[in-house]
Amino acid sequence: MSGIPHDHYEPKSNGEKWLHSRLPIVGLIYDTIMIPTPKNLNWWWIWGIVLAFCLVLQIVTGIVLVMHYTPHVDLAFASVEHIMRNVNGGYMIRYIHMNGASLFFVAVYIHMFRGLFYGSYKAPREITWIIGMLIFVLMMGTGFMGYVLPWGQMSFWGATVITGLFGAIPFIGEPIQTLLLGGPAVDNATLNRFFSLHYLLPFVIAALVIVHIWAFHTTGNNNPTGVEVRRTSKEDVKKDTLPFWPYFVIKDFLGLAVVLVIFWAIVGFMPNYLGHPDNYIEANALVTPAHIVPEWYFLPFYAILRAFTADVWLVQLVSFVTGGIIDAKFFGVIAMFGAIAVMALAPWLDTSNVRSGQYRPMFKWWFYLLIVDFFVLMWLGAMPAEEPYASFSLIGSAYWFAYFLVILPLLGVIEKPLPQPETIEEDFNAHYGKADADATPAE
Amino acid sequence: MFKKLVLGAALAFAPVAAIAAGGGDQHIEDFAFSFEGPFGTFDQNQLQRGLQIYTEVCAACHGLQYVPLRTLSDEDGPGIPEDQVRAYAADNFSVYDEELDDDRPAIPSDHFPANTNAGAPDLSLMAKARAGFHGPYGLGINQLVKGMGGAEYIASLLSGYTGKEKEEAGTILYENTAFPGGWISMAPPLSDEQVEFIDGHANDVVAMSEDVSAFLMWTAEPKMMARKQAGFVGVLFLTLLSVLLYLTNKRLWAPVKGKKKA
Repeated sequence: MSGIPHDHYEPKSNGEKWLHSRLPIVGLIYDTIMIPTPKNLNWWWIWGIVLAFCLVLQIVTGIVLVMHYTPHVDLAFASVEHIMRNVNGGYMIRYIHMNGASLFFVAVYIHMFRGLFYGSYKAPREITWIIGMLIFVLMMGTGFMGYVLPWGQMSFWGATVITGLFGAIPFIGEPIQTLLLGGPAVDNATLNRFFSLHYLLPFVIAALVIVHIWAFHTTGNNNPTGVEVRRTSKEDVKKDTLPFWPYFVIKDFLGLAVVLVIFWAIVGFMPNYLGHPDNYIEANALVTPAHIVPEWYFLPFYAILRAFTADVWLVQLVSFVTGGIIDAKFFGVIAMFGAIAVMALAPWLDTSNVRSGQYRPMFKWWFYLLIVDFFVLMWLGAMPAEEPYASFSLIGSAYWFAYFLVILPLLGVIEKPLPQPETIEEDFNAHYGKADADATPAE
Repeated sequence: MFKKLVLGAALAFAPVAAIAAGGGDQHIEDFAFSFEGPFGTFDQNQLQRGLQIYTEVCAACHGLQYVPLRTLSDEDGPGIPEDQVRAYAADNFSVYDEELDDDRPAIPSDHFPANTNAGAPDLSLMAKARAGFHGPYGLGINQLVKGMGGAEYIASLLSGYTGKEKEEAGTILYENTAFPGGWISMAPPLSDEQVEFIDGHANDVVAMSEDVSAFLMWTAEPKMMARKQAGFVGVLFLTLLSVLLYLTNKRLWAPVKGKKKA
């Protein structure tokens, strides 16, 4: 692996040499976990480990759940109740899996906003960012399909609404929707293919996670200053970094442990808090729930989807220009996916040559507003589609797009950044009293 | 910083999902159930009274199809001795047996029968399928302490009849302060002193509503006590692990960091 210069694995014994000349796997692992990591990383950098943990947790609990679950419209709901009542520890496994999805999304959102604030998406880390966005989209797909599997009312109607979005695509929408559903409506075929994909996608995510890690191990981690590690010599590198093991492994595990205390308390004491009561009613195609609401982690994007109704002038204009091909429904779909796409394009939309938001006095406030916007959209996504929520949603959606399409490009031109430290070492020493000990791994 | 971060993550996302449950002008009474909060446990006597009310009243129309009869002996549930459960099952329910191609008296390994008489919904999961609390201001904060309030909803519904009736499209509707929309097609199921308890426990409508709601909370979440216990053990050990990791981390970084300046 190229990247920051550091000491590599040297096989010592004959056995090690024998293996290393045939399969340098020990060297690969060594280089991966000994990667020089900027020593000024703050606590916002723990979420990568939390995410890796979530993926493993979801796959392990998921594999066990599959052993007891039946993907059939007549049996799915009852098989979940079987897990909850008869399977040893089944209620815990299922509640962990259920809330694990929420933890996964809490972590991924913090991880993403950390990247957005500290400019982690900027050159040379665009590939890491893009892979990350792909993982995020796959996570949303996996989460959505997983929510359908218990075959409750929200499962069924959520599936109906979301697959209906694809039906909004002009000309090819209907065939796509039929293909997704395996028929004209949400039914057994839908449940089966969702089950199949829900099992498949996490492994695709796992593969992408490896690429994600590979990419940032090549460029090195970003850090709160956004200043690059000096690569001039191994000595300079050692002044700016510490090896990932043990320094950051232990630090990240501490973060993970604290997060897990909260997670476990939620699983143990209020496992249904983040769920919807209607999903404890078996799916019924004849009864529509009063409010169809997606899981909380989809709400911001759901709000954007619903914001663009037929009475918005922009929608009317686009509809007129395209001769009605892009109607309000399709516009909403474009907006929802567009909201993710503009995020993915951030590396090219942000014109500032300063990486970290710490040294960008104007950017900071726009960024904080984006966070507020995210939560407001989340709240609006759960509200009924009526005034004043519709207008708020429109404003919130507009800001989301404006941030990426207008503010990021403009700020790079008009903003006067604050002075940045020359090196990571300088930043670190500004915060901590210099100790003499050279950064060598603990025994 | 770190505390803020974690707290922020926990609190910021929480209320949003709660709002999703919707709201309305219903009045949900906040009954003080024994199983609320992290320390709450089921009151075995109450569950047994609830079972009696279910059997004598509700079972006429409502099923409990997901609940195996044998679980009535669960220590964390009603805790009825096995021989009594066997007698209870045989006396009260008959099930269709495929091998006999006929009905036979129920045995403990059977489930409570499904019952769709009069279009009445199954009650197995009712206490988790309804939310009672959305406040304050729809933020769902009191759900943090009191749970979703499904049992409160059921108890409020059962004791929330005003006595007014109206006829709509050939169906008689009864005014109810807890039901969304205010009019429900279920006739008031309970009346004072309808069920006689062997220990002479209070049997007015409100008391019975509470008892049967507690029982339905158990049918919906039979592993609640084991779950809370697992919660405590987990939180305890993870907290201990956090402390140990905190000390390890502090010691590990001490030579690198020296004294903190800012």
